[in-house]
Amino acid sequence: MGLNAESFLHFGALDDLAGGDSPVHRLDPRAKVLATAAFIVAVASFGRYEVAALVPFALFPVALLALGGIPAGFILRRMLAALPFVLVLAALNPVLDRAPMAALGPVTVSGGWVSFASILLRFALTVGAALVLAATTGMDGVCTGLERLGAPRALTQQVAFLHRYAFVLGSEAVRIHRARSLRAFGRKVSPREFAFLAGHLLLRAWDRARRIHVAMLSRGYDGHLPTRRALVWRRRDVVFAAGWVGLFVVLRLWNLPRLLGELVTGGLR
Amino acid sequence: MNQPIIAAEDLAYRYPDGTEALRGLTFTIQPGEAVALVGANGAGKSTLLHHLNGTVFPSRGRLTVGGLPVETANLKTIRRLVGMVFQDPDDQLFMPTVAEDVAFGPQNLGLDEPVVRARVAGALGTVDALSLAGKPPYRLSAGEKRRAAIATVLAMEPDVLVMDEPTSGLDPRGRRHLAQLLAAFGHTRILATHDLDLVLDVCPRTLVIHEGMLMADGPTLEIFKDEALLATCRLEKPLSMQGCPVCGGNTPF
Repeated sequence: MGLNAESFLHFGALDDLAGGDSPVHRLDPRAKVLATAAFIVAVASFGRYEVAALVPFALFPVALLALGGIPAGFILRRMLAALPFVLVLAALNPVLDRAPMAALGPVTVSGGWVSFASILLRFALTVGAALVLAATTGMDGVCTGLERLGAPRALTQQVAFLHRYAFVLGSEAVRIHRARSLRAFGRKVSPREFAFLAGHLLLRAWDRARRIHVAMLSRGYDGHLPTRRALVWRRRDVVFAAGWVGLFVVLRLWNLPRLLGELVTGGLR
Repeated sequence: MNQPIIAAEDLAYRYPDGTEALRGLTFTIQPGEAVALVGANGAGKSTLLHHLNGTVFPSRGRLTVGGLPVETANLKTIRRLVGMVFQDPDDQLFMPTVAEDVAFGPQNLGLDEPVVRARVAGALGTVDALSLAGKPPYRLSAGEKRRAAIATVLAMEPDVLVMDEPTSGLDPRGRRHLAQLLAAFGHTRILATHDLDLVLDVCPRTLVIHEGMLMADGPTLEIFKDEALLATCRLEKPLSMQGCPVCGGNTPF
């Protein structure tokens, strides 16, 4: 993926979606953050060879996506952008772990491939759920929710600032890159040049951080970032959070697909 | 004469690396004045501005704002008196939406929510930016960002409005609009700028700084007519005073 201004602007599209209105948008951010956190913990806590038991978890992101009116293609494209990182992580599993594990007709599937599939599935579920959360809540909503749930303020403020200034830093990087390419006539960035570009960007970010801090101080900043949203737990928020967390507990403790399978095949395995 | 809102006496500042940015400035500014701070790059304008709300403290001499010496104990009061609009609006707008950003200062002042809301609406209305209230800062044009940044400071209802290069990055119409806005304000205004045409429009009085020293302090028109002074301080006459080749070089001055 190239470094271009559009990809940074698309980043802002998450916030545009978060400005929409739907039953999911109207929920208290804390309820959504809580349910998503429980979801991620539950999905991450399965053993490395688990695949089937993870499938029912897809209900959560898909339901939120549908009820929140979020275009599925939008979320899928963003998941694809993160895919290379996971592929690198998962790629070694089929190579290192060749112990046969299951047979699909004539094909024997090794443990490595099963854990490979498990990692990909978990990636799709967790990243998908986090994206749907951001698209229905907004990054500022997520930060407010986290903070009200007791996350350290230093952390939530960092995330909020990261989100705000990723655009600024991103467009600075784009400008620096463009200015370089206009004089590069197709020559690739050498490691040495890359170090200078990255260092330059770091110094600029550093300098900007200092200026922002001064600007904040001059408007009375004392370490506390005020939030203007008054949050109230309503019954639907409680039902939403408790319902999903309860479902995750059930799905984590009982392997629903296996139970169904056993029911159908009469206990034969 | 009233008590000056800002008084500097032999104000000097030396950066930790030894650079002498200010070398003994003495001046006073009365409430309601519009004063321009002009000088070439590196003359010391920004350093002086940073003193006005206590981001840096004088190395030597004395500076008072609203009668209070600029020192740690008075910072809260001084920062309420002096509203600073920074050169790059991206440094100033950091909250998720424009409205929340404008509310940031008033909330830090400990005002009640209805008052904060009224301040936000008032400030955004003044700069004609009410329609931007719900937008995130990165979605604004340069002119919109500038107006939003000014609103963030207006909402604190400061007595003194300090601006660093307020017209940088603005198109001619945005610049014109800003000049009219600034001319209409009743605050004490201090503008550090290279835009001498803006100075002609907004500031009856000009301070010229050169290499950390105050070279001139007087009526703007007189200073801009003093070609020797402008040359010494590496400044150029505003375009509107340079004569127009089309209309035969007649200038109103």
